[in-house]
Amino acid sequence: MGQAYSTIAFDRSKCDGCGECMQACARVKFDSDDTARALIQIVRSGGARAEAGRPGEFELALCRQCGDPKCVSVCPAGALGKNGATGVIDWDASKCVDCLLCTIGCAYAGISLDEHSGRVSKCDTCDGKPACVPACPTGALQHVTTARIYNEVGSWEDLFAPGLAGCQGCNTELLMRHALRRVGPDTVLATPPGCVPGMGSVGFNGTTGTKVPVFHPLLTNTAAMLAGIKRQYNRLGRKVTAMAIAGDGGASDVGFQSLSGAAERGEQILFMVVDNEGYMNTGMQRSSCTPYGAWTSTTPVGEHGRGKTQDAKNLALLMVNHRCEYVATASTAYMEDLYDKLDKALAASERGFAYLHVYSPCTTGWRFQSQLNIEVARKAVECNFVTLWEYTPSGGLHFTRPVDRPLPVTDYLEAMGRFRHLGPEQVEHIQNKVQENLRFVRKIAETNHAES
Amino acid sequence: MDTSDYLIVGSSHAAIEAIDAIRMHDNEGSITVITRDAHPPYSPTVLPYVVSGRSAPERVCLRDAAYFERNRIDYRCDATLTEVLPDRHTIRLGDGTELGYRRLLLATGASPIIPPLPGIDQVEYHVLRTLADATRLRSAMAGARRAVVLGAGLVGMHAAENLVKTGTAVTIVEMGPRLTSGYFDDTAAGLIEQAFLDAGTTIRTNSRVVGLAPTDGGVLLTLADGATLDADLLLIAVGVRPELGYLDGSGVSTDRGILVDDHMLTSAPDVWAAGDCVQARGFFSGTPTMNAILPDATVQGRIAGMAMAGDPGIKPYQGGVPLNTYHFFGRHAISVGSSRKPDDGNERVRFDPASGRYLRAVFDRNDRLAGIFGVNEFFDAGIMARLILDRTELALVKDRLFAQPLATGRELMSQMWR
Repeated sequence: MGQAYSTIAFDRSKCDGCGECMQACARVKFDSDDTARALIQIVRSGGARAEAGRPGEFELALCRQCGDPKCVSVCPAGALGKNGATGVIDWDASKCVDCLLCTIGCAYAGISLDEHSGRVSKCDTCDGKPACVPACPTGALQHVTTARIYNEVGSWEDLFAPGLAGCQGCNTELLMRHALRRVGPDTVLATPPGCVPGMGSVGFNGTTGTKVPVFHPLLTNTAAMLAGIKRQYNRLGRKVTAMAIAGDGGASDVGFQSLSGAAERGEQILFMVVDNEGYMNTGMQRSSCTPYGAWTSTTPVGEHGRGKTQDAKNLALLMVNHRCEYVATASTAYMEDLYDKLDKALAASERGFAYLHVYSPCTTGWRFQSQLNIEVARKAVECNFVTLWEYTPSGGLHFTRPVDRPLPVTDYLEAMGRFRHLGPEQVEHIQNKVQENLRFVRKIAETNHAES
Repeated sequence: MDTSDYLIVGSSHAAIEAIDAIRMHDNEGSITVITRDAHPPYSPTVLPYVVSGRSAPERVCLRDAAYFERNRIDYRCDATLTEVLPDRHTIRLGDGTELGYRRLLLATGASPIIPPLPGIDQVEYHVLRTLADATRLRSAMAGARRAVVLGAGLVGMHAAENLVKTGTAVTIVEMGPRLTSGYFDDTAAGLIEQAFLDAGTTIRTNSRVVGLAPTDGGVLLTLADGATLDADLLLIAVGVRPELGYLDGSGVSTDRGILVDDHMLTSAPDVWAAGDCVQARGFFSGTPTMNAILPDATVQGRIAGMAMAGDPGIKPYQGGVPLNTYHFFGRHAISVGSSRKPDDGNERVRFDPASGRYLRAVFDRNDRLAGIFGVNEFFDAGIMARLILDRTELALVKDRLFAQPLATGRELMSQMWR
């Protein structure tokens, strides 16, 4: 399996050209105040015609640490090479003959002459801790370390059977494989009726679809059965993770009383909800997690119906009110965040009830093209339709991926067919609901801070 | 007879790029590399630095034995190609060995031109194309007091500077009116010339050697104007050309180099060629052109390797563009593209004689960049090359690009090829 690497990402919509990154780089690398020497270069687009300080008007020149580096190809002295361990293009000063051919090879201005020293210079990512990133006050620069997940998780055992029967483009398979890889083989898995067993977790022809014990409780008793199993293992002195992967219907509607009871008793369970905002497995009926205005087969659109007329229940906030050991919301568009939360939820489930609510777009039920799942998931977060946060009794609630400049909710609504019929008032209702939800969660976040 | 899926003749940049491209797509096919050199792969471009002592000969290799082992490549040194038999998918080596191939790459490079001067076979002289040449020249330099460099291309100029710095009296003899012509335009060449004059070099442009005779420990050169030069070291650096005698009777079409299409395929089936030995399409002329430079060799090698392996990601050759960098007496000259102003084209020039900073940009009638040249004026050459190759229309940004080539070039790069 190939190696993935960390990278420095640039979000031009956030960069206001303050130059702190260049100053930090010049200071760290050359002990200099001269930003022309910085290995990261921010340039204003539009030249003199541009107004100063407006975000979105700045461009970046920085070594991209290419996988197929042309600077290396054209180096006659063998002074440049891709480091297989770090992904960085290493420059060997003792071999370099200062011929500058690398600056011809690179089309990204990633390696260029430092006039002061008369030698070429390039970004080495500061041995994996780039000084420019923490210096950036606007968050335009991010050190993306998601590669860790691919490198580590890829080597863990896949505990789901190959060839699941999900819809094309469903991200639940991604979730199941990643989550089970992380919790590992000492797990008992409960998958109540829904897409997860429908995809094959409970197996075919008398064999299970997982390499861990899996069972198929009723919608109503998932948390109760799992609690009993976990207690029996505790009694036997065996350390086993009790995990549920349930749909929003199985958790927020008919399964809610057992879920609420288990949370209230502090059962040691890792309960993951895959929220696709409806009963998608049985024909796309509405659930209490279906948002206002959405088409489902039971909230049809026609002469009178304009989709669901009620707002969605915020199940994750209800779980916060149980004061669980850990509650978090997550999205497959933000895998690093999801993994972080999975780690914390797993640890919390050894002490008590851990609840992880993953927003999971449904290509079939929401009506978008199968290749757009992650894009739809990302848009939900970028317009604050979905907010990513975590809660612990001691630390309170805080946002893990706050969105500074949210997109209008129409960017999200227009990405799928289930909202195609919406009139202006309905869109306004949804936009207001987004603001209200955000204010509500923010208030909880602030309250917790004030108390602690 | 040994037969390989991929047989590669040559061991420098084009060959290495081809190997990497093949292995990217085909991890199984057998690869054999034949080279007449005695060493692991190295670049001719690094040799002036071996001569100066800056690069140790044992540290200039581009790939080590572990690379060949890892990629399961049979690397054979000291093997000279003498014949290609495309009908039989076979090549013949100097010792009579025959090797079979499914696909053949000729990346045999070029050799120094030895002009047919009267007396040339009577005297000792140096050339600089192989590592052996470089170490030989380096040891000869140590005892040299009066050197003559014949030819003012980059190889000759590099060597001349090395000699000057060791305290040797150096005379550069060049047939043309300018040093480094073909690489840099008149102004840049003038700056380079002045730097050499300042360092005490004697420069004889528009000069032709008409006779060579051995002396006690050296060479006596007679020039066309009757002047004589006494030298204890003579370096011949009037250019390179491919040696293609091995293709006689093969049916592979050649002109000044091996003729190839935009996938580096020669006129013979299953025979590709890349690097300094080929005459591929020129970017500006559209016709077969010699463009024996390192960056082009890597591009051609990559294309040839992809074609040989059947990689569907292949993109046809965009054509050769002159690209040169030259470091002289602590200064840098960079040339990208054509210095000839196209018909109805236009140019921007700025030159500060006091600082020696020079910048010239040439645009065609559609305000697309044709070339950009600088001495101690810096721009990202790779970005400029890409602007040329993509035929980017620059009417709206031309003035800014010239005023601030670094910042504007980076802005265009960031916007256009994210």
